[in-house]
Amino acid sequence: MTSLATAPAGRGADPGRPGVVDRVLAALGTVRDPELDEPVTVLGFVASAAVSGDGIATVHLRLPTYFCAPNFAFLMVADAFDAVSAVPGITRAEIVLDDHFAAAEINGGVAARAGFVGSFGDQAAAELDDLRADFLRKAVLAGTDRVARPLLTAGRSPAELAALTLGDLPAGPDLDRLRDRRAQLGLPAGDAAPLLVDVTTGAPVQPDELPRHLGRARLTRVSLEANGGVCRGMLRGRYGDSPGRGEVPDEGGTFIPLALLTADPSVNADRETDR
Amino acid sequence: MYEKDGEKYFIVDSHMHYWDATPQNWVPGQEQFAKGWIECFHAYQSLGPKETHWTLEHFEGYSEDDLMKDVFEDGHVDVAIFQPTYLKQWYTEGFNTTERNAALADKHPGKFIVNTRFDPREGDPGFKQLEENVARYGSKGLKLYTAEWFGDSRGWKLSDPEAYRYFDKCLELGIKNVHVHKGPTIWPLDKDAFDVSDVDHAATDYPDLNFIVEHVGLPRIEDFCFMATQEPNVYAGLSVVIGGLMHARPRFFAKVMGELLFWVGEDKMTFGSDYGIWEPKWQIEGFVDWDYPSDEFSDYPRLGTAGKKKILGLNAAKLYGIEVPAEAQLPPEAGTPAAEDDARLVDEASATV
Repeated sequence: MTSLATAPAGRGADPGRPGVVDRVLAALGTVRDPELDEPVTVLGFVASAAVSGDGIATVHLRLPTYFCAPNFAFLMVADAFDAVSAVPGITRAEIVLDDHFAAAEINGGVAARAGFVGSFGDQAAAELDDLRADFLRKAVLAGTDRVARPLLTAGRSPAELAALTLGDLPAGPDLDRLRDRRAQLGLPAGDAAPLLVDVTTGAPVQPDELPRHLGRARLTRVSLEANGGVCRGMLRGRYGDSPGRGEVPDEGGTFIPLALLTADPSVNADRETDR
Repeated sequence: MYEKDGEKYFIVDSHMHYWDATPQNWVPGQEQFAKGWIECFHAYQSLGPKETHWTLEHFEGYSEDDLMKDVFEDGHVDVAIFQPTYLKQWYTEGFNTTERNAALADKHPGKFIVNTRFDPREGDPGFKQLEENVARYGSKGLKLYTAEWFGDSRGWKLSDPEAYRYFDKCLELGIKNVHVHKGPTIWPLDKDAFDVSDVDHAATDYPDLNFIVEHVGLPRIEDFCFMATQEPNVYAGLSVVIGGLMHARPRFFAKVMGELLFWVGEDKMTFGSDYGIWEPKWQIEGFVDWDYPSDEFSDYPRLGTAGKKKILGLNAAKLYGIEVPAEAQLPPEAGTPAAEDDARLVDEASATV
């Protein structure tokens, strides 16, 4: 491969193909870690992205550990392959997972479009659709807490929340995200859909199930966000201060000594930009 | 014994290791896995305070003297529970075997409890080995790692029929406590390897065994908490939670602690340093000083001195029958450590969300 053109995030520096690397990065921004429900770009998993003069995109992905679960790693590489392949002007996508125990099986399997079973042989019994759906349901629960928690904090009761529809909620990225994940699962996601639905059946949550449903939503969000915090810390431990393409620091921030934590969110916000 | 503000804390480190990950112990042809494993552990250490970080070389093979100093002399620990992790596919003499731990425990009477392990895929020879280990080392506890590689197999489940054969044997041998650690692989690989529903089955079917889920099921805290509300014999091992979050992600740590206190309760949580990943000293000192960082967390149960004493030692002492000096015991009104009924039933818990 010759004439590799790399561009920093946010700038299309390839003179022959203005913006094509940006478009590749934007496509990668639609690829999520299925376990954490965050874009691989934001998490810092995109080590590099480049496009050659003849339209071959080469993307290197990296993960927090050598032993990250191979099924989720496979999904990210396969999704990145599909997303980058669909970018106008890209003639071929080469997605390379680096520094992972199953990198050979995953990279080779995705490039050959072999599927998960085709890539792992007897070690796998099925494709990963059920796994992905299980984690989308967790994403819906966590997303429910993101939009419901401010209302509860403001004094609304669980019963009042149960009477709300998605159209009643203030517009914003959290609501868009919740609608998107619900739609992907085939759950009701329009303005008339109830805010609180069973994540398997889509049925409205019944009054006697409300506290449990809301408790589970909060717990799931805490779990996902804490995992994300550990993953980001591990990625940093592994790759030092070399940020990924499109990486955005998380809410937990970096290494704030316990003694410096205060109730004033602006203090932490300032520190988080220091990383 | 750790003392702070006139309070005495009896410390049981219920999850720690004495490993050999030096290159001379790497199995030829498997070096990338042996190296990948220890480098992954070493990266976890980076989540602790900077002044407690070790070089990779030191981390691969810390000495007996290092351990005794870090854990007992400097680390405030009264009794430490060795949890083995074999990984013989990658490490010639094993990563951290019962034998290796027991050799050190023999030299320091009263300091250690030596747990052993089984792997159901080892069949009858493993059965015999388990019997011998219990007879030789007096093990009352096990550490089970379901992601261990064995030939072409990438893992197992506690609910496998072969595992149940071993649990039957455990009851016969007087084993009480089963520490469970999930990892990234299992058979088949398309399933979620971190799923804890197999622990749920085993805990229901073996009510006389206690199941301590290490790392509170991380990264599946939500599934773990829901299971713990339904199984009186399931406990939350805090290894990795304190070490990996308290310093690096204090706000997430506060939320995770809040959820655990809410769903599982202070009677069912046990401290483990995960040494040599992290030294116990900073974890214990930080935990005794810990409180929620702001009003944002006011919905969660508080954790007082009595609760911290239970988590740092009294709960594990109860599970393992360790004698606690009178000065470190709780007054009767503070409740019973490791009380089985502490975990809230789901319906009861849900009434207060």
